[in-house]
Amino acid sequence: MRRAVFGAAPIGLVALAVLLLVGPGLAAEVDEEEVRRIAAGLRCPVCQNLSVADSPSEMAKQMRQLIRERLAAGVRPEEVVAYFTEKYGEWILLAPKPEGFNLLVWTLPFAGLLGGLVGVLLVVRRWSRRPAPAAEAVDPAYRERIKAELDRLDGS
Amino acid sequence: MSWRRLWIPLSVLPLLGLLAYGFRTDPRAVPSPLVGRPAPPFTLTLFDDGALRLDDLRGKVVVLNFWASWCYPACYEEAPVLEEGWRTYQDRGAVIVGIDIQDTEEGARRFIEQFGLTFPNGPDPRGKISIDYGVYGVPETFFIDRQGRIRAKHVGAVTAPLLRERLEALLEEPA
Amino acid sequence: MIPEIGFAAITVALALACYGTGAGALGAARHRPALVASAQHAAVGIFVLLAVAMLLLVYAFLTFDFSVRYVASNTNRGTPFYYRITALWGALEGSLVLWTWMLAGYTLLVVAFYRWRQREAYPWVLAVLLGIMAFFLLVMTVPASPFQRLDPIPVDGRGLNPLLEDTGMITHPIFLYLGFTGFTVPFAFAMAGLIRGRLDEAWITVTRRWTVLAWYFLSMGLLIGGWWSYHVLGWGGYWAWDPVENAAFMPWLTATAFLHSVMIQERRRMLKVWNLLLIILTFSLTLFGTFLTRSGIIASVHSFTQGTIGAFFLAFIALVLLFSLSLLAWRADRLRGQGELDSLISRESVFHLNNFFHVGVTFTVLLGTVFPLLSEAVRGVKVSVGEPFFNAVSIPIFLALIFLMGVGPMIAWRRASWAGLKRNFLWPVAIGAAGALVFFLLGVRHALALLTLGLVLFVAATMVHDFWRGTRARMRAGRGPVGAMADLALRQNRRYGGFVVHQGVLLVALGITGSQVFSVRTETSLRRGESIEVGRYQVRFEGLEAEEKSNHFLVTGVFTVANDRHVMGRMSPGKKFYPQEQQPIAHVAYRSGWREDFYLVLGDFSRDGQLATVLAMVNPLVSWIWLGGVVITLGTALLVLPGRRRDA
Repeated sequence: MRRAVFGAAPIGLVALAVLLLVGPGLAAEVDEEEVRRIAAGLRCPVCQNLSVADSPSEMAKQMRQLIRERLAAGVRPEEVVAYFTEKYGEWILLAPKPEGFNLLVWTLPFAGLLGGLVGVLLVVRRWSRRPAPAAEAVDPAYRERIKAELDRLDGS
Repeated sequence: MSWRRLWIPLSVLPLLGLLAYGFRTDPRAVPSPLVGRPAPPFTLTLFDDGALRLDDLRGKVVVLNFWASWCYPACYEEAPVLEEGWRTYQDRGAVIVGIDIQDTEEGARRFIEQFGLTFPNGPDPRGKISIDYGVYGVPETFFIDRQGRIRAKHVGAVTAPLLRERLEALLEEPA
Repeated sequence: MIPEIGFAAITVALALACYGTGAGALGAARHRPALVASAQHAAVGIFVLLAVAMLLLVYAFLTFDFSVRYVASNTNRGTPFYYRITALWGALEGSLVLWTWMLAGYTLLVVAFYRWRQREAYPWVLAVLLGIMAFFLLVMTVPASPFQRLDPIPVDGRGLNPLLEDTGMITHPIFLYLGFTGFTVPFAFAMAGLIRGRLDEAWITVTRRWTVLAWYFLSMGLLIGGWWSYHVLGWGGYWAWDPVENAAFMPWLTATAFLHSVMIQERRRMLKVWNLLLIILTFSLTLFGTFLTRSGIIASVHSFTQGTIGAFFLAFIALVLLFSLSLLAWRADRLRGQGELDSLISRESVFHLNNFFHVGVTFTVLLGTVFPLLSEAVRGVKVSVGEPFFNAVSIPIFLALIFLMGVGPMIAWRRASWAGLKRNFLWPVAIGAAGALVFFLLGVRHALALLTLGLVLFVAATMVHDFWRGTRARMRAGRGPVGAMADLALRQNRRYGGFVVHQGVLLVALGITGSQVFSVRTETSLRRGESIEVGRYQVRFEGLEAEEKSNHFLVTGVFTVANDRHVMGRMSPGKKFYPQEQQPIAHVAYRSGWREDFYLVLGDFSRDGQLATVLAMVNPLVSWIWLGGVVITLGTALLVLPGRRRDA
């Protein structure tokens, strides 16, 4: 049964249907890409793990509007971000600022990769120098079969 | 086992320790950086007409409560407490101000009527005030001293003992 | 009465699991077949008892037995029939029942397959599996009983989390749990090998199909989870690097590394310790996922419940890690691989790199996921680590992995010759470069997108090239082209099944690139009759409709949509208002296409139906991600076929 929304719908439910609507665009043209870029870096406070850009929540919408207004008023993007960190703390940044202790999270992955690479290279070098262990340690028939298969793979 | 290889199992201990530490923290409780700083000024358009400027309340102790009519049960629990506090403390120089956020006017008015709230209440239609106070959700309550500085923030329903304790302490301080 | 029977079933199952663990281990250590047989019976008993418990719980759901707390908090009288069944795994307690039941099912398969074939390892495998089940059963009896009574009995239940009222919820957890529990079997075999000190390749060859299937289920679980997020959460995305998504992703990464590195061990007997480490890590990470979801230590969309359960899981993770790693350290002497690498330019070294990058991403994801805790512990400051971080750090590694995906399967074992390299890679490199150039000339200026496109084309070309050469060789032997291809694919089903899976992964990569880089979105308020343009689409707002459903109230906006060529018809995104939820739940509307999806989300609206906000998105190539899932399914099927060429 379909009917118009203003019919006899249960009041409690429809009351939830929020009335507030954001007014039409502002006077100055704002680069929407810039708004989105800033919003994508901020964590939506009422959501769990969405950015202000992605969240469909009311609060995120208000924050996007605020970003838009600030940019229209000529505030620089860094200052807009700074405003939010001042109010909510570092928590609101979806990527921790690469400074101080936070550098750890930014550099460790790459340091790990680099260190690991060096490690792998060292192991590989040791292995390639190490004289082949007594070949008979491996079942000769098995080895033969592998070799045959490999040749087939390479050759086909 | 060669003792030198003990590091293999032991290497996971720091991570396990960190996770165990996680039990002691609440991921939802994020401390506000605003505590100790001057309260951001605002002008609130009240539901029963008129406006309220925070600056006009300088010299008084202000309890700033962010709420919404859909915030059940916490906001419903604290509403009578706040009203009671307002009646008890308004003569001693304390003001309770309610800011209704992310809500419908209809729902908000019904909420105010239901609890017979008499302290000043107004909506924050564009979310400006709530963002300025770094509000995450409702209810959140800020305690502002006579100098207009934020002294404490409380997340969740305000209880009568908490309100009394905070207000008494702030009212003791000289203007 | 029914809940008491259910609880009794679980308690008895726990007793059986404890007994079985002991009997299996003792029987294995002392070579007492009778003890092992009794452990076997215990396993069968657990399976049956858990099936009974599950059926009782379903029965409680179907009859709205709100005296059971789990039922009362996950359904109400309005919950539709199917979701009353899926509510079984709608929250922690029931999920655990399902999970353990699956584990018991896997255990029975192990009993059926390996009782005679792996006589030596089998008792230990059984003991380990039963021990793991004992833990889950303990959790189900003490901190998270699904049959806990509620007093007084409420008139109506709280209702299922509305986000879970979706078809994705029927399949997503099933696949995910099948994947998670599936890795328990190779883990148990690895442990059996370590305990016995017999560390040959047996456990790997025996469990290869288990690993592949578990990997497959986990992959599907992740993809279906993405699809669910895409069409339920109403933000137009499918992956948010949420801690719990990460928690499911990490075992997938280590499992992928494992799938590749076991090939090296099978062929070259290298990486023995490494493979054991990977399976230990994979299994522990599956536990870690549940721990993160349920402990509430990290805020996430999935943190539905909290309680003491986290402590149980952490203790068990600690036990598993310390026990298995100590075993590994103890046996490490016997684990010297026949390390022997002839050249840096060889398949072995490419596989080493592959593993290394997979583990690198795992480490990054783990670090990012727990870093907020670390920051709080060290600095006392709460920080967030989200999408921008994970994207920035992991994308380069993923691109490197795609590149290796092209090189690895083609490059020669041991030592690649220049001639071989040229023969294998000249054309694919040319095709990749040419493809990137064409897209550049077509106006694509996004460097990362171009790089991905080039790499994907390169990898696809290596596979086509290889398959073509194989087919041609067989055609020369007088076969028709179709026969030659089928013969090739079936004869070397492991190799070509792997290729097909790789193609599926490439499709997923393309879909992600397209939708991340070229997505367009607009959010505006429209009056009735007004229209907006988004990309090549025109959307006109026609009005609002409302409908009362069994357990919610649905308001839909009606929009007519046309693209640059023709009218596409009506789309009706809506909002669902559930009495038990403060916030309405989005009901998105979208049209999928090969080229792009057109995606609408209804925002706020005025009550008189004259005004509505709408979020319109054009998401290119998203459907390729789901298509990739289908291709991965086909590839896995080919991969696990009993090959005509016997497995090594």
